[in-house]
Amino acid sequence: MSDTTATTRVRNQPRPYRRRVPILWWVRRRSYLLFVAREVSSVFVAWFVVFLLLLIRAVLAGDDAYQRFLDWTANPFLLALNVVALLFVLLHAVTWFNLAPQAMVVKVRGRRLPPLLIAAAHFGAWAVVSAVVAWIVLG
Amino acid sequence: MAKSITMQVARYRPDREAEPTMQSYDVPLRKDWAILDGLNHIKDELDGTLSYRWSCRMGICGSCGMTVNGEPKLTCATFLTDYAPGPVRVEPMRNFPVVRDLVVDIGDFMAKLSVVQPWIIRKDEEPPDGEYLQTPAELEDYKQFSMCINCMLCYSACPIYGLNEHFLGPAAIALAQRYNLDSRDQGSADRMDALSASTGVWDCTYVGECSTACPKNVDPAGAIQRYKLTAASETLKAFFMPRGGR
Repeated sequence: MSDTTATTRVRNQPRPYRRRVPILWWVRRRSYLLFVAREVSSVFVAWFVVFLLLLIRAVLAGDDAYQRFLDWTANPFLLALNVVALLFVLLHAVTWFNLAPQAMVVKVRGRRLPPLLIAAAHFGAWAVVSAVVAWIVLG
Repeated sequence: MAKSITMQVARYRPDREAEPTMQSYDVPLRKDWAILDGLNHIKDELDGTLSYRWSCRMGICGSCGMTVNGEPKLTCATFLTDYAPGPVRVEPMRNFPVVRDLVVDIGDFMAKLSVVQPWIIRKDEEPPDGEYLQTPAELEDYKQFSMCINCMLCYSACPIYGLNEHFLGPAAIALAQRYNLDSRDQGSADRMDALSASTGVWDCTYVGECSTACPKNVDPAGAIQRYKLTAASETLKAFFMPRGGR
């Protein structure tokens, strides 16, 4: 092989360019930001599970433990954390229910139910369950 | 109206440059000119070295997908006047390796497409002499997903695919659903392993940009969410009825 052929060969090797994804790719678009916020919300969902388990443990441990738990939750830092967690959990729930009509195709007498109706049914069921829980807790 | 518009076009000549650069061209601004017409003008009149893919000019072949001012678009269906007074930036589709200028390597998508076996699979018979018959209602079940033209704009729009190239991706899953939901097809079990793998539907976290980018209203995000429900119920079925499964 002559030198020229070797050079041509090297030059003709495909060298595809791969663009690197920038670290802050998710701030560029509202839908990306919302998506990352929803991903982060799972951390707060997990926190609420832990919080609930701690509450149950305190209730089972008797009045003193329950009172200590209530005092602990009145701590401003924890209060702020729970407010933020609640906002993220609401985002999680709302986006989850908005997604439901995409995942479910319900047919009644051969006709597909409108997506809005499926979303409305989910939000309605959510409201009813929340009302029942509120009635049990507050009533 | 101004008589011309500046097009900033990404150039990448692997024998000359380590990474893409932008090059500006002034092209006539005509009411009936799409971005693709502008590129053809550059190629024919200004700079014959520019490389890009195109074929039909009517939104059917799916060859001319590019990134126009940051958005994934079919350049034959995107008009220059919508970007007046300009400049309008034309770059290759995102999330694919760039071979040259506006041409990307689509090998990964082609491989993924065959993984989902996008054709009618029959188990039990020889092909009939005529057609498999189907009612309009049965056609309606999958028609939307059959509109896909394999333009790959959904892959270009999907940040998950950008971060994880193993993700099967929107169009491949939508096309799998196109056949899964077809009354003539019996191959949904064959497609299941690829679709319900961790790199299948479960990699999707529903950003929804694939459906926004789709020029044919296929709604791949919807197809993926629907299959998640199918995959989850099949897993439950297999758990409770290990012998009655698929």
